Amino acid sequence: MRVGLFVTCLVDLMRPRIGFAALRLLEQAGCEVVVPLSQTCCGQPAYNSGDRSAARALAEKVLREFEGVDYLVAPSGSCAGMIRTHYPALFAGDGELAARAASLGARTYELTDFLVNVAHLEHVPGDFRGTVTYHDSCSGLRELGVKDQPRQLLARMPGVRLEEMPAAEECCGFGGTFAVKFGDVSARLAEKKCAHIQATGADAVVLGDLGCMLHIEGRLRRMGDDKTRVLHIAEVLAGEAG
Amino acid sequence: MEVRSMHFKARAGAAVRDARLQAKLASAKGLFVEGRRRGIQDIDFEATRRAGEAIRNRVLQDLDLWLERFEQEATKRGATVLWARDGAEVCRLVVDIARRHGVKKAIKSKSMLSEEAGLNQALEAAGVQPVETDLGEYILQINGNEPPSHIIAPVIHKTKEEVAELFERVHHRPRKREISEMTREAREMLRSHFLTADMGISGANFLVAETGSVALVTNEGNGRMVTTLPRVHVAIAGIEKVIPTLEDLATLMRLLPRSATGQAISNYFSLLTGTRAAGEGDGPEHMYYVLVDNGRANLVGGEFQDMLRCIRCGACMNHCPVYQTVGGHPYGWVYFGPMGSVLTPLYAGLENALDLPHAATLCNQCGVVCPVRIPLPELLRKLREKQVERGLRPWQERLALKLWAWTAQRPALYALAARLGARYLKWLAHGQDRIRVLGLAPAWTASRDLPAPEGKTFRELYGARQDGGR
Repeated sequence: MRVGLFVTCLVDLMRPRIGFAALRLLEQAGCEVVVPLSQTCCGQPAYNSGDRSAARALAEKVLREFEGVDYLVAPSGSCAGMIRTHYPALFAGDGELAARAASLGARTYELTDFLVNVAHLEHVPGDFRGTVTYHDSCSGLRELGVKDQPRQLLARMPGVRLEEMPAAEECCGFGGTFAVKFGDVSARLAEKKCAHIQATGADAVVLGDLGCMLHIEGRLRRMGDDKTRVLHIAEVLAGEAG
Repeated sequence: MEVRSMHFKARAGAAVRDARLQAKLASAKGLFVEGRRRGIQDIDFEATRRAGEAIRNRVLQDLDLWLERFEQEATKRGATVLWARDGAEVCRLVVDIARRHGVKKAIKSKSMLSEEAGLNQALEAAGVQPVETDLGEYILQINGNEPPSHIIAPVIHKTKEEVAELFERVHHRPRKREISEMTREAREMLRSHFLTADMGISGANFLVAETGSVALVTNEGNGRMVTTLPRVHVAIAGIEKVIPTLEDLATLMRLLPRSATGQAISNYFSLLTGTRAAGEGDGPEHMYYVLVDNGRANLVGGEFQDMLRCIRCGACMNHCPVYQTVGGHPYGWVYFGPMGSVLTPLYAGLENALDLPHAATLCNQCGVVCPVRIPLPELLRKLREKQVERGLRPWQERLALKLWAWTAQRPALYALAARLGARYLKWLAHGQDRIRVLGLAPAWTASRDLPAPEGKTFRELYGARQDGGR
C-alpha cells in the first residue's frame, strides 16, 4: 500500500528525526512511503485563527499533493484531525472539493492509529528502556480516538514500563496561538501537566504531537527539570530515542 | 449586566497569580468532574445525550409554534405571559408588575436572565427591595452586589473563611466556623424575608409547552419558597427554554443534574403550573411569565443555533482547562467558560468580547461532556471567523497570518524560510538544547523555554538522502 507521509510543519522545522522515525516505522510495516516535497502545512493555524480562505487554500494544496496515495499518515493527531475531521467541514456543500476532502479524510490516519489498525505493525523496532508516561493530545484523543493505539505499541517493547499519570487526557495548554495570546494561562496549564508527569517519576513523557511536545518540554526545562525526557512516540517506537 | 469581557486577558493573568483562587478552583474542579463521572454511570448517558439533543433540536425547528403553545396553555391555567425583547424590557415589565400589585419586597431564586437584565438595580431604583435567597447569590448580594463566577455555584471563588468574615460584618453576629452554622445563620436571616415578601422572582430550567408549566431545579429549597409563598410569582426565562412535553422534561432531567453536580436528581425539583386554584393550599394568586429574547431569536436558523440547545448545566466550564485556571470573573459577563465565550459575543456584541472566542485551546473537553452535544469548539472557531470577516483582529496578527499563509502556499519559498528559520533558532540557542529568550515570541519565553530545533529541516535532509541514495 502506498502511504503519503505528511511530515507536518513543526516536525520539518524543529524535529526532522521524528519524520524519519515515522518513515522507518511505515516502511517496517511494509508500506511504500512517498513524501511529497511540496507539502508545507495543513492549514490548521489559519483555520483556528478564523481565516477560512487561507485554510481552504492550504487544504486544497494538501488535497492535490496526496490525491494519489492510498493513505495519508501524519505523526500528529492535530494535523491528522484537521485533515480527517475539519477538511470535510471546510468544503461542506462544495461539490467536487467536498467529495475529494471526504475521500482524503477517510484515508487519513494518525501514525499510531495507522500502525495498529491499518498496517498491523508486528514488530516494534525501538529499544528504549525505562519508565514512560503517556500524554494524550487533545485532537488525537477527542477527534480521532487515539488512546489505546500508542499504549498497545509501547506494550510490545520489553524495556518499556508505562506509568499512567493523573489527568493524562487533560490539555497541556498549548492550543496553537493560544500559547502566545494567553501566555500566562497557557504556561499555568503546562505547569499542572508537568506536575502530573513528574509525580509518576517516569524517565520520559511520551506523546504524539509536536505542539504539546515543545510546550511541555519548554515548561519542564524552565521549571528546572533537565532530567525528564520529552519524546515523540515515533522516536520511541522506531528506536532513535536510545 | 455591564459587559466587562474586554478585560479578559489582564484579569485572567491576575487570576493565574492568585494562589488562593487557584487552590479554590482546584478543589471545586475535583468535586464537579468526579461527581459527573460517577453520576452518569447509572444510565446509558450517550443515548440519553442524543435524545436530549434531538428534543432541543425539535424545539428550535419550530420555536415560534412551541412558544405559542406554551402561551396558550399557561394562559389557560391563569398565568399571564409577557414578552421582552431585551434586558431593559425585562426590567420595565417586572417593575410594572411590582407596581400593579403594590410590591415592596421581592424574593428571588436563581435566574441568569435576571443577571442579563440587571434586574436588581432596576427594582431598587423603583423602590422594590430585591432579596437573593440562593445561598451563593445571597452572599454576593450582601457583599456589595459582587458578580457571580459560576452559573450553578456562584461563589465558587470564595473560601469558607471569607464568607464567615462577611457574615460577621453584615449580620453583626459572632463569627461562625462551620459551614452548617453559616447556612443556619443565612436561613435565619432569610426567613423573615420569605414571610414578608410580596413577590417571588424565579428563573426557569425548562418551560413545558403542553402544560404551560415551569420546571425548577434547586438544591436548597429556596426556589420552592420563592414561587409558592408570595402572592405574586414572576418566572423569567429565555425563549429557548421551552420544551414540548413532560416526557421530554423527564429525558432532559436525566441529563441536567447529572451533568451539573453528578446528582441523579437535585434535592428539590418543582413543576409549577398556573395560579393557586380554589381549594389549593399554596401557590401564588398571580403568576407571570416574562419570556426574553435578548439576542436569542437572531440565532434561530443561523450558524450559531446549536448554542440555543444549552440547558445551563455548567459541565463545559467545570471541564474547561481555561475556566479551571482563571475562574469566572475574567469572562466579564453572566456566563463563563466555553458557554460564556460563545454566548457573550453573541448576546453582548462580538466587538465587546474579542478575547473570549480565543480564550480556549480548542481541546474539546467541553464538546465531549456537553449533555446536549453542542459543538462548542466549532462555535468558538466560527466566532473567530466572524471577527476576521469584520476586521476586528489586531493588524499585527492579520499581517503575520497573511504573510505566513502566502508563504505556505509557495513551497520553494516556504522551504527557504523554514531553512533560515531552523538555522536562526538553532543559533539563538547558543549551542544549548533550548532558547531562553525569543524576541519574536516573548509571551512564550516569559514562562517557558523553547526547545532548540535540530538546525536542518526534514525537507533538506530527506532531499539530500534521496540525492545520495539511501
